[in-house]
Amino acid sequence: MTTIILLVVLAVVAIWMVGAYNALISLKNQVVNAWKQIDVQLKRRHDLIPNLVSTVKGYMQYEQSTLEAVISARNRAVAAQGVPATARAEGELTQALGRLFALQESYPELRSSQNVLQLQEELTSTENKIGFARQLYNDVSTQYNTRQAQFPTSLVAGLAKASPAELWEIEEPGERGVPKVDLSFPKPPA
Amino acid sequence: MTDLNLFAQQQANRRKSAWLVAGFILFFAWIGFGGDLGFYLLTRDLPSGRYHHLVPFIGLAALAFAGGTARYAWVNGARRVLDASSAQELVTPATPELKRLDNVVEEMAIAAGIPKPRIWIIPDDDPNAFATGRDPLTAHVAVTEGLLKTLDRDELQGVVAHEMAHIRNYDIRLMTLLAAMVGAISLMSNVLRRTLRGGGGRGGKGKGNPLAIAILIAWVITIVLAPIVSSLLSMAVSRKREYLADATGAQLNRNPAALASALEKLEHHSGATSRIMKGSAHMCIVDPGGARFAEKEGRLGDVFASHPPIRVRVARLRGMAYAPNP
Repeated sequence: MTTIILLVVLAVVAIWMVGAYNALISLKNQVVNAWKQIDVQLKRRHDLIPNLVSTVKGYMQYEQSTLEAVISARNRAVAAQGVPATARAEGELTQALGRLFALQESYPELRSSQNVLQLQEELTSTENKIGFARQLYNDVSTQYNTRQAQFPTSLVAGLAKASPAELWEIEEPGERGVPKVDLSFPKPPA
Repeated sequence: MTDLNLFAQQQANRRKSAWLVAGFILFFAWIGFGGDLGFYLLTRDLPSGRYHHLVPFIGLAALAFAGGTARYAWVNGARRVLDASSAQELVTPATPELKRLDNVVEEMAIAAGIPKPRIWIIPDDDPNAFATGRDPLTAHVAVTEGLLKTLDRDELQGVVAHEMAHIRNYDIRLMTLLAAMVGAISLMSNVLRRTLRGGGGRGGKGKGNPLAIAILIAWVITIVLAPIVSSLLSMAVSRKREYLADATGAQLNRNPAALASALEKLEHHSGATSRIMKGSAHMCIVDPGGARFAEKEGRLGDVFASHPPIRVRVARLRGMAYAPNP
């Protein structure tokens, strides 16, 4: 009798362990996936920026320093490794781009150039995608971190080689208030 | 704080629609097997040699029929809805407007953590949008040309977020199956009514089991009313899912104010979206039939509309807007 009870208890524990372990692994993969999604969008942004700079350079000769700041911020972002360093470098790049977009407001030729408008739409969209990918990454990572710290799942966290994922945090106060730029396309005449 | 409010709304909606779906299934089971139960009780005490209703033929036939309909909807539903609205797939966006739509859909797919759905354009000037498919891997988002002309980027994002929410919450699957069940029930009701009228006189000896007779009478009444009841139930589910999709959409783009302002614009264009069939009304962001019952608050609107009143949806969204738009 005792052996049967013992076996049943062991079986229940084993089933629970498998479930908890698999849940952790699946969350871990979601975190990795979400990070890859950010990575894809960051690369896209890095590729778009030289295009943008070379397109607007002709119009904005007097803004050399702003353009150079964008380029150097981009190069630092490309070189950044690890979540906190990447987050910091990308934040600086966002700020540099924001200044560039703000300056563009005072160049009417830029605002009417189809080429520039298309590039701006692409960049806006890429910025949005980065933002949403970051949102997803932070949500999934928080879930993962909470799950592995909660008892009793914490007991199998070591088995699943789970360690807390680093959140993508916004540190610079400047980035919290990203300058709002109107990049919408002009409405076609009705 | 407001975040909690949003999740609380989502939870309440999930619970309510789960109850409604359970009600739907029970109703369906009653239509199928209620008659069998009645006939079984009626024939149970008859002497051997007479007919005994032991195999639930009616229920089994109903089940097979509904299963077939659901399976057909499962395989061909999305395709049929898109074809019927003469939607064109957007493969390579040619104009800035289409490129923007393509980008916005990809942005919201990223936010929802699902693959980018296929995009379709409906040649109709009335602004509207819907999502269909059976799961995030086979999902489609369709928007009308009117929607692209009417909304700005943020508002478009709000609408697409709402559709993406329908996809992620598996509403597209739920509503496709519910529509199939409503169709199956109304057809079944038709067939059964004809059969009963034809064979009504037979075997009525008067001295049956009173419980059996009561069950049979209730069953016949249900069959007569079934088409109305089932479509009311499915509309109730649809309204719950609309609120839920508004809330989930706001969670995706973190900008409930954008969807609120988009809905207000759509309300002003509350003409009929002629390209979208009435049968797929429950999948659209606003009722394509134009404002019929949807804008009537209170009992009537509560029961007869596939969508909640836009004013209430806007008010709820504004209640979630934790970041006031500058």
